[in-house]
Amino acid sequence: MTSFHLEIRVKPRPGLLDPEGKAVHHALESLGFPGISEVRVGKVIDVDVKAESQSIAIDRASEMCRKLLANPVTEDFQVTVLPELDLSTEIA
Amino acid sequence: MKVAVITFPGSNCDYDCYKALQLFPEFEPSFIWHREQDLGKVDAVFLPGGFAHGDYLRAGAIAQFSPVMPAVGTFAREGGIVAGICNGFQVLCESGLLPGALLRNDTLRFRSHDVYIRVETVGTPFTTEYEKGQVLRMPIAHGEGGYYADAKTLAELEDEDRIAFRYVTPEGNLSREANPNGSAHAIAGIVNHGRNVLGMMPHPERAVEILLGSTDGRGIFESMTTTPEEW
Repeated sequence: MTSFHLEIRVKPRPGLLDPEGKAVHHALESLGFPGISEVRVGKVIDVDVKAESQSIAIDRASEMCRKLLANPVTEDFQVTVLPELDLSTEIA
Repeated sequence: MKVAVITFPGSNCDYDCYKALQLFPEFEPSFIWHREQDLGKVDAVFLPGGFAHGDYLRAGAIAQFSPVMPAVGTFAREGGIVAGICNGFQVLCESGLLPGALLRNDTLRFRSHDVYIRVETVGTPFTTEYEKGQVLRMPIAHGEGGYYADAKTLAELEDEDRIAFRYVTPEGNLSREANPNGSAHAIAGIVNHGRNVLGMMPHPERAVEILLGSTDGRGIFESMTTTPEEW
């Protein structure tokens, strides 16, 4: 069994109105940031999972998304395997 | 008629539902905690408003897997009368007992005020006591009430006469301003294919006494005492 760090991104489906993204968009514009054409707000969910292989870990995460983490009616998801990170050095 | 009001951690309209049901001698309401796996012998189930499980992840996302939900699903699929109000509507959509989803209000605000809704069908166990086209006034209180479904589902809801209520002006007309959350087709409430499961964002249980400012919600409770032949 290997431990995998998975990053799951859940985003509102393209074309679907994203009021939260719209609010952030307006806020960024009122702060004077130029050139923004669109802002979409989603979620990032980190899951550490032990599995026999990377593909099994990804399959399991996709199943988690279909069942709970993403709403199949309104959201898309993407699962990425993250390399081992030493967060202390990342931040520094 | 025994009516179960399901209480999730974070429900806050469970007592409102209970008290509203108590106004009618036909009903014998009781609370069922979400960890129960058995509904017992009940004739109807209410999923009340609130913020079940803190609305974490998405409104209703965690609540759909509460231990009581398989029993609610079985009850609904066997034709039992189930009404989900506000957060209860969100739970029903997440659990797949009703189609679609509730999105964040397009106005970007939590909306808490009275709205006008029009009765679109009297062919449900929740609306027989109303007239088709009747305009009702009752409160909403939600941040995520924009009904969304794909075009095919919306067409099905329209064709099968499954839209129970739409947001309208006090005169009963559709308008952009009368729709408080950007709901598709101005939908405020729908029923399932079997017509025994209702989901609606407005709060009929808060419109059952003059003291509350409106009695327009009473018809939903009165309708529930009718027999299937009437819808």
